[in-house]
Amino acid sequence: MTIMIDTGNYIAAKAAVMAKPDVVAAYPITPQTTVVEGIAKYYSTGEYAGEYICVESEHSAMSACIGASAAGARTFTATSSHGLLLMHEMLHWAALARLPIVMCNINRVVGPGWNIWADQNDSISQRDTGWIQFYCSINQEIFDTVIQAFKLAEHKQILLPVMINYDAFVLSHTTMPADIPDQKDIDHFLPRYEPQWKLDVHNPTTFGNIILPQAYFKVRKAMQDAHEHAKKMIPKINAEWETITGRSYGGLFEEYRCEHAEHILIASGALGAESKIAINRLREKGMKIGLARLRVFRPFPTEEIIRYAEQADLIVIDRNISIGNEGAMCTEIKAALYEKSDAQVTGFVAGLGGTDVTYKDIEKMCTQAVQGKAKSGAWYGLKEDV
Amino acid sequence: MKKYQVISTISYPKIGANGKTGTWRIFKPILDKAKCVKCLRCWIFCPESAILRNNDESIDIDYDYCKGCGVCAKECALKAITMRREGDQE
Repeated sequence: MTIMIDTGNYIAAKAAVMAKPDVVAAYPITPQTTVVEGIAKYYSTGEYAGEYICVESEHSAMSACIGASAAGARTFTATSSHGLLLMHEMLHWAALARLPIVMCNINRVVGPGWNIWADQNDSISQRDTGWIQFYCSINQEIFDTVIQAFKLAEHKQILLPVMINYDAFVLSHTTMPADIPDQKDIDHFLPRYEPQWKLDVHNPTTFGNIILPQAYFKVRKAMQDAHEHAKKMIPKINAEWETITGRSYGGLFEEYRCEHAEHILIASGALGAESKIAINRLREKGMKIGLARLRVFRPFPTEEIIRYAEQADLIVIDRNISIGNEGAMCTEIKAALYEKSDAQVTGFVAGLGGTDVTYKDIEKMCTQAVQGKAKSGAWYGLKEDV
Repeated sequence: MKKYQVISTISYPKIGANGKTGTWRIFKPILDKAKCVKCLRCWIFCPESAILRNNDESIDIDYDYCKGCGVCAKECALKAITMRREGDQE
């Protein structure tokens, strides 16, 4: 095991290379660029021994990944913001084709106005494509999640693409230490990819043919079943990783000081890491509050949400907005609790456009919610005089 | 043939029942075997693989799959294939 002190993007590149993909196809976009730069560097030194496909757009990057994965290759890519949006059609294709492609998406604002800072609207808008979605809070977790994502995606009862999301600049360009396991440990955890179907001249099949309504219905149901199965597999894979590295993120949620909590804060991404400091300070003040950091947005962890609501009222901070309604995570949490719980859910929208959200801001939001002074759906930190 | 277990849109090769022409062909190619020199240009150009090669390199036309597009007649240098309206007397 070695310590690597580097940015989230270079650590993601290191993880991707250590997972030994056969093919990487990617197109650069701020703030993802250094992920593919990192992989290119490993390619030039021979540390990455697979194929590196330079493409002319993100739509082509995802298409190349689909072709490679369909031929039985372990496949990786990375993108961000408008790049992810340009992939949209092929994201649906990858998921319906049941191809275990792993992709890092660095959460960046969607323009206009042109803005490269952090917010989650890019990945939230791809919610319904069928991709499994992880949200990471620190660079170490980025490394660990990339490796775990390949194992999850390639599991024969899952076979779904996985998107690993983390915040632009807050994580992608911020240097932190990360423990890097030995290659042999990763190889043991993540053996060579054995595809469950592939385009093969020795066993000829075609893919994506016209299918009748009932057959399509069945294909969709199979995807849904795979997502349900992923809910069970994510904690298992996390536990297996813990035996190798000693690190655990809990599974679908990372719980922090939730014992005897009367309020539970739900946040994701880098806000989740910042929230831990806020929770510590609020606990010192005597507030019975804990944090459930949402790691997995798809499949949505409905059962855990219900469990938290049995114990406490919920406070939700969304770094995204479904315009015309409210933060997407808040909506889904309320839907999960329908007819199951009468717990209070107080949602905040904060940090859009890369607006800084500090532990003090999170403290204020939690305090307002606990005191009943916050209206759900409130936009925290919006300055009218800008 | 290996069957995959995953539920997705995977198709296995078989006799193309769904590719049969049925009753909607308007023109059909008629082959004059006396003129044919077995050059196989029609076999190369047929977009439906409806030209059948025999062991002696002579050809036949598979009317189950022929769509009557006329490409074979157009490509035949010796005019050994002509197009006739369906139902017309040969």
